[in-house]
Amino acid sequence: MRKGRRPPSPGLLRRADALARAAFPAAATAILLVLAAMPVGLPGAVPAAGLPCIFFWSVFRPAALPPPVVYGLGLLQDLLTAAPVGSGALVLLLVHGLARHWRRFLVQQSFLAVWLVHCGFAAGAASLDWALQALLGWRLLPVQPGLLQVALAAGLYPTIAFLLTRAHEAMRRAESAA
Amino acid sequence: MIRLSIPFRQALSRLSLPVLVAVAFGTMLLGKADALLAERARMALADLLTPIWSALQVPATALRDVVQEGRELLHLRRENARLREENARLHRWHAAALALEAENAMLRRQLAFLPEAAPAFHTARVVADGGGTYARAVLLAAGPNHAVRKGQVALDDRGLVGRVTEVGARSARVLLVTDMNSRIPVALEGTRARAILAGTNGARPRLQHWPEGSAPREGDRVVTSAEAAAFPAGLPVGVVRWTESGVAEVELFARLDRLDLVRLFDYGLGGILPPEAVARPEPRQRR
Repeated sequence: MRKGRRPPSPGLLRRADALARAAFPAAATAILLVLAAMPVGLPGAVPAAGLPCIFFWSVFRPAALPPPVVYGLGLLQDLLTAAPVGSGALVLLLVHGLARHWRRFLVQQSFLAVWLVHCGFAAGAASLDWALQALLGWRLLPVQPGLLQVALAAGLYPTIAFLLTRAHEAMRRAESAA
Repeated sequence: MIRLSIPFRQALSRLSLPVLVAVAFGTMLLGKADALLAERARMALADLLTPIWSALQVPATALRDVVQEGRELLHLRRENARLREENARLHRWHAAALALEAENAMLRRQLAFLPEAAPAFHTARVVADGGGTYARAVLLAAGPNHAVRKGQVALDDRGLVGRVTEVGARSARVLLVTDMNSRIPVALEGTRARAILAGTNGARPRLQHWPEGSAPREGDRVVTSAEAAAFPAGLPVGVVRWTESGVAEVELFARLDRLDLVRLFDYGLGGILPPEAVARPEPRQRR
């Protein structure tokens, strides 16, 4: 422990600290989804903002986002948009499962490689979303909004990943100090 | 807290993902089977979040204004020239309008014409985008005891925007005319031919089903028609534009990409609503 630093406060404070750390990934994602629903003239911003968050936390801190939380965030995303309820939850759960499955490999890669993999995930998620919505609505949907969503998710990832990496490192430092 | 053995806990965490995938499938089927439940959940969430979105509107609008102002400063000269040209054109129209108004008043005097009462409207602020990837809709903030009802017609300062399809306690959802589910009976002002304006999720909805021999011409004004009692006749919609590939589209008057305030008109018409909207429009209250 460094000099001049207060010893970690025992009991309640430390537990509140740990709770805030555990709740941060889910809460930040939920807030981002709500903010993305504001009218900015970009349709499809809500799913495009949710995917990078889920992907990042599933790869770098899977314990922070257990499947029930992912399901809840997917449900929030569906209710914020006009998508069929449950379709976004299904897509996000599959993204979470696959990203967690490959995380040992992904954690060792460079940022650029992870970004490329994320783009692949975004394309897969958008096609699955397209197929689900087409199936549930039983009609052919235009492809262009889906492509826009992939491009938006791919473009948002560096910014979101930069901010979340900072938060993740701060959390790791706090954990090793505690 | 319940203490579980470690292997049991591991098995539980491994099982939770497949179980939740199945739950998501179930939710999808439930939402499909009971559309009213999904609609209620959606409006309950919108009611909950509307105050937050409303509060965030202030800084968001300020930021957008700054950006807009900067952009305007860049194009000041060109904009000035354009406005001068437009002003000259409008002056001519102004003279024509005054002459027509006088002529119209004279003709009405001769006909014992009873004018229609101007329809009542109230204004609501757009607080969120309610669409998503494959739908075009906006959420409005309505006061606690608002008078917004399903089936009301929304216009911005220039033209038709859409219809109110879902109403909550503090918010309402407007299906935009660009949505894939939107079908609006329109009339071409030049020929009085009827047609259907079908949304495509793109910026310009398409014209369909016009009578043979009266194809829409480039630049024709498009207004709503009173067919099916869904809209009052004559609300401004847009201008016909033919694409390179030979599709008749409508360039809307309303600026749907930067909706800020909309006017909600209550014409008391009980027409058709899109199939997703479960309840029929409520009748207008007697006052």
